[in-house]
Amino acid sequence: METIVMNLPVNAEGYLLDPNTWTREWAQEIAQGYGITLTDKHWAVIEWLRKKQSEGVALTIRKVGTSGITDIKEFYQLFPGGPLKVSSKIAGIPKPVSCI
Amino acid sequence: MKKQILIIGAGTAGTMMANKLYHEVNADEWHITIVDRDNTHYYQPGFLFIPFGIYKPEEVIRPRTEFIPKGVHFMIEEVDKIEGEKNQVVFKSGETMAYDVLIIATGVEIAPAETPGLKDKLWHKDIFDFYTYEGAVALANKLHDWPGGTMVVNLAETQIKCPVAPLEFSFLADAYFTEKGMRDKVTIQYVTPLSGAFTKPKATEMLNQLMEEKRIEVIPDFYLSHVDNDKKTIVSYDGKEVPFDLLISIPVNKGDAVIEHSQLGDEDGLNFVQTDKFSLQSKKFENVFVIGDTTNLPASKAGSVAHFEAEILTENILSYIQHKPLTATFDGHANCFIETGFGKAALIDFNYTTEPLPGKFPLAYVGPMDLLKPTLTNHMGKLAFRWVYWHMLLTGKKLPVPTHMSMSGKINETKKETTLV
Repeated sequence: METIVMNLPVNAEGYLLDPNTWTREWAQEIAQGYGITLTDKHWAVIEWLRKKQSEGVALTIRKVGTSGITDIKEFYQLFPGGPLKVSSKIAGIPKPVSCI
Repeated sequence: MKKQILIIGAGTAGTMMANKLYHEVNADEWHITIVDRDNTHYYQPGFLFIPFGIYKPEEVIRPRTEFIPKGVHFMIEEVDKIEGEKNQVVFKSGETMAYDVLIIATGVEIAPAETPGLKDKLWHKDIFDFYTYEGAVALANKLHDWPGGTMVVNLAETQIKCPVAPLEFSFLADAYFTEKGMRDKVTIQYVTPLSGAFTKPKATEMLNQLMEEKRIEVIPDFYLSHVDNDKKTIVSYDGKEVPFDLLISIPVNKGDAVIEHSQLGDEDGLNFVQTDKFSLQSKKFENVFVIGDTTNLPASKAGSVAHFEAEILTENILSYIQHKPLTATFDGHANCFIETGFGKAALIDFNYTTEPLPGKFPLAYVGPMDLLKPTLTNHMGKLAFRWVYWHMLLTGKKLPVPTHMSMSGKINETKKETTLV
């Protein structure tokens, strides 16, 4: 099931269908929905996630923690709850999943 | 002088490659060597059944030499590092061996020491793994007279060997305690760093009710920071605590230290080798190829994946040694049974781009196996697989399953119709 959020189609869980349609304004709106105001650090994580995702890397919390941008503790503070899930949604990339 | 194909690791993937290449390369030109640190081959899918007494420990062990062709040289040595620039490996003893083509098949192992408090005073007392022979056997002894309490099944990481095994363990535990007449004395909690036990849309739709039916409580979004041995709790990075009486841990999985010593791994330090996801060639050296659990491919770490990779890699290595382009491409195909307890199992079939879908397998309408649905036939398939593994898979015989994932028999979610071809 698709819906439209800020003019862009997202899936039933709110993940952007096409990462190429993503904009920074869209990201800001989604972040606000989580009560997050995006700082430079947030943006650095988001850009890193988008870059790695486009390279076909399977993203994990550990990989973000060893990216040199942030560590796991801080990643949780930046994106509370499920940090990879929330940051992926804001970054406009697919949900981190298992094989099933 | 003959040229050398060297395979590091005589597990599922390495053994399959030794068999396939032995029958394909010109023996007058090529010499094949396979090296491992010991001569014990474990049937790893069997570890899951040992804690519940379904398999006896001796049923999962055979000598590696039993499955290596006579014309392939098997060496028991420990490789310290690969020197790609020099086309040689260095053994722990300091001796070296040159190669023309290298295949890395060193697999992954659990690394409980990565998590503070995991491999501590409660290890193999109230905290167990079932991904090693020792862990599975110790857990069988523990469960035998365990009086009940809270059993927590926790995944420390998302990139693990056989990602469905923790689910299967939980289902089999439910059946085991039910059959022992003590299910009411046991609480089973499934604690995962992912957003749920199932994360793909169709699998969630088809299988999510299993958790409820079997009274397995799912605690999602829990990323393990450390284990508190005194309080007997697992603690997440955001400070959540889950108490346990018995912890079944799936620790962080890491590739072999040889990958670290050779600087061939990803930046995350897990020693998964940087590999081209289609050709299975190393990203660093063109005469180095990678197969099985040790790759960094966005595919499952599972025996079926290694099997499909072996078909592709054989073709690409033959192309490579004939100076032809590598045209065979791996599609991420995996085919896994999921034991759901009480003599039933589900089956999933998927690849890089297609999620597990419902339908029939391997033949449209006929099956005999059902996808994403617990059935008795699937369970028979899983049990029969042990025979297939020892007698056909390791020795590189053709299996009646296509190498590339097929949409035949799958129910296409958008068209709502079964695909025939």
